[in-house]
Amino acid sequence: MRAFVLLLSCVAMSAMAADAGKGKALFEKNGCWQCHGYAGQGGAAGKTLAPKPMPFEAFTIFVRNSNGPMPPYPKEILPEADLADIHAYLQSIPATKDYKSIPLLNQ
Amino acid sequence: MAREGSFKHRRRFLTGFVAAGAASAIPPVRAAEAQAPKPPSALPPNARVAAAETQVANELPPNRIGGVPGSDFMVDVLKTLDIQYCPANCASSYRGIHESLINYGGNRMPEFLTCMHEESAVAMAHGYFKIAGKPLMTLCHGTVGLQHATMAIYNAWCDRVPMIVIGGNDLDAATRPPNVPTFHSAQDINALVRDFTKWDDTPVSLQHFAQSMVRAYKIAMTPPYGPVMISLDAGLQQEPIKGRGSEKLYIPRYVPTAPPQGDSGAVKEAAKLLADAQNPVIVADRAARTPNGIKLLVQLAEALQARVVDQGSRTNFPRTHHLSAPPSAISGADVILGLELSDFWGTVNSFTDNGEHGLGHNSSRIKPGTKLISISSSELLTKSNYQDFQRFQVTDISMVGDAEATLPALLEAVKSAIPAARRGAIAQRGEAAKKAHADDHARTRQAAAIAWDASPISTARLVMETYNAVKHLDWSIVSQSGNVSNWQTRLWPIEQHHHWIGRSGGFGVGYGAPASVGAALANRDAGRISVNIQADGDLMYAPGVLWTAAKHKIPQLAVMHNNRGYHQEVMHVQRLANFRSRGSNYGGGMGPVGTRIENPDIDYRKLAESMGWWARGPLKDPAQLAPALREAVKMVQAGTPALLDVWTQPR
Repeated sequence: MRAFVLLLSCVAMSAMAADAGKGKALFEKNGCWQCHGYAGQGGAAGKTLAPKPMPFEAFTIFVRNSNGPMPPYPKEILPEADLADIHAYLQSIPATKDYKSIPLLNQ
Repeated sequence: MAREGSFKHRRRFLTGFVAAGAASAIPPVRAAEAQAPKPPSALPPNARVAAAETQVANELPPNRIGGVPGSDFMVDVLKTLDIQYCPANCASSYRGIHESLINYGGNRMPEFLTCMHEESAVAMAHGYFKIAGKPLMTLCHGTVGLQHATMAIYNAWCDRVPMIVIGGNDLDAATRPPNVPTFHSAQDINALVRDFTKWDDTPVSLQHFAQSMVRAYKIAMTPPYGPVMISLDAGLQQEPIKGRGSEKLYIPRYVPTAPPQGDSGAVKEAAKLLADAQNPVIVADRAARTPNGIKLLVQLAEALQARVVDQGSRTNFPRTHHLSAPPSAISGADVILGLELSDFWGTVNSFTDNGEHGLGHNSSRIKPGTKLISISSSELLTKSNYQDFQRFQVTDISMVGDAEATLPALLEAVKSAIPAARRGAIAQRGEAAKKAHADDHARTRQAAAIAWDASPISTARLVMETYNAVKHLDWSIVSQSGNVSNWQTRLWPIEQHHHWIGRSGGFGVGYGAPASVGAALANRDAGRISVNIQADGDLMYAPGVLWTAAKHKIPQLAVMHNNRGYHQEVMHVQRLANFRSRGSNYGGGMGPVGTRIENPDIDYRKLAESMGWWARGPLKDPAQLAPALREAVKMVQAGTPALLDVWTQPR
């Protein structure tokens, strides 16, 4: 139980110290954009990540252990701090317009 | 003396040649004359041939070959088959029939279209059929040219698209020219494509050719459709026609074969399962061979109020219909009717490339006990080398037959099988489907709104700006949709057979650009505007097809999905690197080494302009799209192919 609390604390600290600017660069450097798009919008090849990304804890667990179409990214490839920065970048992406406000999506 | 001898030979020939005419002094046969006549089964002489037989032979100019070339007769045969075009890259091994086509045949029916790669020529025929519903022929060098053509023939095979591939070949080792022409000859050129063609032949006489050609056309056009191959000996093309005693050459009349239908007992059994089902779902891949197939499928779906998943190798079902459903609709089905599915196993199972030891893992997409019904003509195909038949899937009812041809009987059987007590529940199912369809459409549009103003431009924005530019016209999407996250089929009101040509079949890259030109050719003749969302990697396999489009005045609006990489492949390398716990080498670029098309960036505007297209770009700001599209559409309407190079998001 203490170990779990410690883990959550570390995760929370990582998230708090994260840098969205660095995260954007890391999102591109690590190829996240290749399936999820530069804005995390998703598409046929990858899920929508932003806006409103999943909580950091769940995000971390998914990235490390994915058994779905996305391969897992171990720490050797993507260190914890980099992952936190990437999450911060996804959090910084502004909310999407309502499609009803876009004429081309209402024809 | 030799010339005199030639005349004598010609006179002998004219008395023994019934169906086809002879001399270059006589005008080429007109298209109307070439229409297949009614019985008898062998064609009578046409007007030109009759003239040739009755006029005095000394009106005919002499020639060096001492008679009428065999390839002239071959052209007469072709003209009975109503083949509009012959996209081809020129080659010496078919020079005989090439010369006959353009001179004796007047370059009409078929019209020779100059192509810069055999793969382009075959893919043009592929795209043309998807719109016109009629096959084209192509000619190619029997060895190196056919080798170029093979991937495109394989795509056509997997996509069940008919076409006639004719390869020139110089069989006679004693007389053929040495060196290069001999390098380009083979004992059996058809062997190269035999595993992925329905039928092939090597005619050794002109009468044999006439039979083979009509048979080839008939086999190609009998469901399951497919490409066929004829090896055409250079000597047979070039040598003068020789009579065989009193035997006269004739052209067999083409009579279409009725498509095979599902067994009547199995149809009734399937109808009962569907009528009694709580949640039947129809899945269609190549069900609608013709526009009528869409109407029939709508009737069946409405009779059952069953949702329809259109897998999209053809346009099978209107995307605007309330019963149109996403692939996930099968998860709650208790009965699934699969119509001409290319992969039934993959329809009801998923494979995830992320299992232990680097192997994928499988899982079911459907409930245990779901009944599966299959109607497919592909079960008639028995070639085994290439694995296009996919994994084996057990079904509860399996009908070997053409789905479209079976639908009328199935529809009637379903109507009879629905008990009166079920009609209320079926109507309620329809109401639920209306809500699900509306909700799904709203979710799709909201998903399209994400990154709407992004640069590089989002694929959803690209697709909808393009739609806005052509929506007032009779449009046709002449490209496959997968590389732009399927936004075209998710957002455009696809309702008619020509609205979208579907996918390539074999997924061989390089199909897109030439298939779009072939489809645009058919659309041009039908007065429609063709829209091609053109992937960058695909275009660079054989960009010479742009020139073919400009040369033959085949307009289309090509909007580049220029993501500057082979994005289908990027993740394969990344995936393996992750499995092996090591970072992927990007080589200073934006993706694993070998998967990016950048540094230098290709200037598609200049590429297209150099081949006679109107072009603009690269466009990187979404605000630039609408004005550029307006200008491009005007050019296309004026008959000029137009290309916009747009830098896009990866998918």
